[in-house]
Amino acid sequence: MTREERIENLNRLSGTDVKKCMKCGKCSGRCPAFKDMDIKPHQFVSMLAQGKVEELLQCEAIWNCFSCMACVERCPRGVAPAAVVEAVRDTVVRMQGKNGIKAEEIPPIVDELIPQQLLVSAYRKYNK
Amino acid sequence: MQRIGVFICWCGSNIAATVDVVKVAETIKNEPGVVFSANYQYMCSENGQQLIKQAIKEHNLTGIVVGACSPRMHEATFRKAAEEAGLNPYMVEIANIREHCSWIHKDMEEATEKAVILVRTAIAKVKLNAPLTAGESPVVKRALVIGGGIAGIQAALDIADAGFEVDIVEKNATIGGRMAQLDKTFPTLDCSACILTPKMVDCAQHEKIDILSYSEVEEVKGFVGNFSVKIRRKARYVDETKCTGCKLCMEKCPSKKGLDDFNMNLNTRTAIHIPFAQAIPNVAVIDATQCLKMKTGKCGICQKFCEVGAIDFTQQDTFIERQYGAIVVATGFKPIALDNFNEFGYADNKDVITSLELERLMNAAGPTNGVLLRPSDNEHPKVITFIQCVGSRDTSGCGKPYCSKICCMYTAKHAMMIREKYPDTEVHVFYIDVRTPGKNYDEFHRRAVEQYGVDYIKGMVGKVYNENGKLMVQGSNLIDNEQITIASDLVVLATAIEPEPSVRKVATLLTASIDTNNFLTESHAKLRPVESPTAGVYLAGVCQGPKDIPETVSQASACAAKVICLLVKDKLKTNPCVAMPDEMMCNGCSQCANVCAYGAITYVDKEFRLGGGKTEIRRVASVNPAVCQGCGACTVTCPSGAMDLKGFSSKQIMSEVEAICKM
Amino acid sequence: MKISYYPGCTLRTKAKDLDDSARLCAKALGVEMEEIENWQCCGAVYPMGTDEIATKLSAVRALDAAKHNGGKLLTLCSACHNVIKRTNEDMKADGDICFRANNYLKLDEPYKGETEVLHYLELLKNVVGFDNIKKAVVKPLNRKVGAYYGCLLLRPSGVMAFDNPENPTIIEDFIRAIGGTPVVYPFRNECCGAYVGLKNSELPKKKSEKILQSAKEKGAEEVITACPLCLYNLQTNGGNILPVKYFTELLAEALGVQA
Repeated sequence: MTREERIENLNRLSGTDVKKCMKCGKCSGRCPAFKDMDIKPHQFVSMLAQGKVEELLQCEAIWNCFSCMACVERCPRGVAPAAVVEAVRDTVVRMQGKNGIKAEEIPPIVDELIPQQLLVSAYRKYNK
Repeated sequence: MQRIGVFICWCGSNIAATVDVVKVAETIKNEPGVVFSANYQYMCSENGQQLIKQAIKEHNLTGIVVGACSPRMHEATFRKAAEEAGLNPYMVEIANIREHCSWIHKDMEEATEKAVILVRTAIAKVKLNAPLTAGESPVVKRALVIGGGIAGIQAALDIADAGFEVDIVEKNATIGGRMAQLDKTFPTLDCSACILTPKMVDCAQHEKIDILSYSEVEEVKGFVGNFSVKIRRKARYVDETKCTGCKLCMEKCPSKKGLDDFNMNLNTRTAIHIPFAQAIPNVAVIDATQCLKMKTGKCGICQKFCEVGAIDFTQQDTFIERQYGAIVVATGFKPIALDNFNEFGYADNKDVITSLELERLMNAAGPTNGVLLRPSDNEHPKVITFIQCVGSRDTSGCGKPYCSKICCMYTAKHAMMIREKYPDTEVHVFYIDVRTPGKNYDEFHRRAVEQYGVDYIKGMVGKVYNENGKLMVQGSNLIDNEQITIASDLVVLATAIEPEPSVRKVATLLTASIDTNNFLTESHAKLRPVESPTAGVYLAGVCQGPKDIPETVSQASACAAKVICLLVKDKLKTNPCVAMPDEMMCNGCSQCANVCAYGAITYVDKEFRLGGGKTEIRRVASVNPAVCQGCGACTVTCPSGAMDLKGFSSKQIMSEVEAICKM
Repeated sequence: MKISYYPGCTLRTKAKDLDDSARLCAKALGVEMEEIENWQCCGAVYPMGTDEIATKLSAVRALDAAKHNGGKLLTLCSACHNVIKRTNEDMKADGDICFRANNYLKLDEPYKGETEVLHYLELLKNVVGFDNIKKAVVKPLNRKVGAYYGCLLLRPSGVMAFDNPENPTIIEDFIRAIGGTPVVYPFRNECCGAYVGLKNSELPKKKSEKILQSAKEKGAEEVITACPLCLYNLQTNGGNILPVKYFTELLAEALGVQA
């Protein structure tokens, strides 16, 4: 896939119009995971708009975003930063060997109380 | 036989770059009835008009078609040129080959073909045109100003100074508007009341100005030069002619728990009250929803104490009807409701306030006598955080899509004033952009930063919450790529402004157009910015778009100039393109009269000869040509096709349609 | 009355308390929750990628089943509610997703978002009515309870249309109806971060503690939630600051229907 195709693909997958962003930073003002995001919510939007795909695809933030929609809810311009994060994460996990969670990692961290919901959602989000 | 002349304008490259103007002129030459066809670079120029005049004379033209820009731009120009050459001005038709053609097409071939069709269409119409003569109508030399804020006050004073009578209709109990609520004004920091109240007094004392406070416009009839307006004078339960403004009633009134709307509901007031010390008129008003006498029948203390017997609990709304030549709309604004912005905690925290509330808290005549105390506990706030763009520039549906324009400057003002008065206070401002165009404006903002040490943070707040008695303001600092939380004592929201909601009713009454944000639309954004598209209606202040005081005052004075230009005329030329019924076809059904927005249609009983010496009396429509605005609503409503519009007859319109369809 | 019910994976296993108490209370209030047949796990998270179709099909199957059985689908787990409601909106409003999903499913009649998705709280508020619940209470709570909404019930508000996303009141009204005193605290609509727990265990800890601290500071004696994952996270990672329960457990207590 060429860089241009990647950009187009990310835009399409996210379903959001990054050009509508007015760079106010409210998304990052609200994000509950901000400190653990190496690329901040507002940067996801602006970096996609600038076509900085390589940096996006290498970031750690995609594993720390809660998908809690706080940024989407409060964007004054109707942009969905969380959808950009998800588009990047989808793109990464769909690549060969890039699953976020390996099956062998699970048993040691699972306690008997962990709800199925967590395992299902982690697999759904982090793996293809 | 008609002799038509056609004139194709290039409009520089505006038309000529997309439409082959030479080809259009050449093609049209062969149209039946066309005896002259020419093209020229700027038809509206002196030389272009000369070309038209000469052709009319030389070729003895009976009608002309100008293929040019929108008739809204230059129809009047070309009509005047035709008239000067001896042709009736209504024998001129415009084919709009700019807005309707060159500006919206890219392909030259297509655009040229369309231009030819548009010109042919105009030719088809002009062949059926008949010479028309404009009538005259008198001008009532009195103006109405709706809204008594600084815009209305300025417009009224200027019009009155030119010697014309002006009525100000103000829905509140006093004139003064929003400006009366402000503390200081940017960029010079002079006290708002000090510069406003003298103007209010001037209004009250001006022999040509009549202030109708606590009143609302109820009904508007007529047209430019001759409006007839019904005004509701709301019952204030106090006789305006008797009340001396002594305020004894306010001291005695036992119902003290009404919210003081002048102070943005930050404190309470008595049921009978004068909104503020410098109110004009300085006359009390009773809040009927709060007054014990009105609610329970028991009390009437104010009446007992009033030495001049001004209190009248039986007062009813009254109506007056007056005639005006021109109307100025200056209905102003209000801050938006913050229901959609709970992330800033306005509803839950007393110490999260709007900027207009802060104005009252800083104002010497406000609820704290000008001492900055926070509402929750009357303590001095030590850390104050301002949040800009609350509800402005919001296309998510929660707020307003536009920039409210005044907030950057008043926030800088607030920040500066607080730092000046209370140097131990820490002041932060979250901003998206600082927008300060205007004379001495950016300098003003920079002074807040450089001299007063206000901390401007490029970023937006995502959440305001209360934690251990502090307001935690969590937001982004985009320059440092951080998320920060500022523990604050007071949070001030630069709330977006919107047109005062009553403007919708006013606009409907005046048939003045309004945009999706409820701002009144001006006739031309650049060249006719103070005129409504409805003739005789002018716009001043925020009702037309967000603006600050200097701009509002400029616009109000511009409005006054326009009104004066109108009122100095004794008579106005009326539009001859008015409706005319074919009495033989009219069946007297009244449908046309029902749809007429101007009240131009009445019904008369008329005698008709049936032949054989017999007559019959029938009820038929009759149009007052001085009142008819030529909107055409009646022509499309008439079930029997009896109503026609001069200059736009059904026959003419159909001939245009046929010309388009023929290709 | 009967209503089609979608329990979801967790309510069958780790969150049996939630399921049991909800059924008992519903019965006491005159509502029979009828589990739809052959339901499958909804996937627990709504897939936002615009090309995600297969991941939404189980939700569509459940919705279609409910369409033919009363037209309403009751959910209880916040995550299921979020996934099913958002998928339903796609089927209603996104022609492309609707077309492609139906292409996969080959239902007798295409599903186009006809079913109304109802969360148990909405059932209590809009169908049963909080006033009627108040009347049915035999043992009023008489304690201060903090509602924890989290993210899934409220956002994105345009689709969820559950309550005001920044100032919700439905659980507070519920608490009032069962005789408790609701405690409003600022972090009740803040995400607890549980879902990144398998990748980053520190983050959910920080968030849970912050939420419970906030509730405690405002005077709550316990916190209630509708989400099994939130409950797990707040209980295990919240530093035992406050007890956390399912809202249905309190309802059962107030109605006196404890199993």
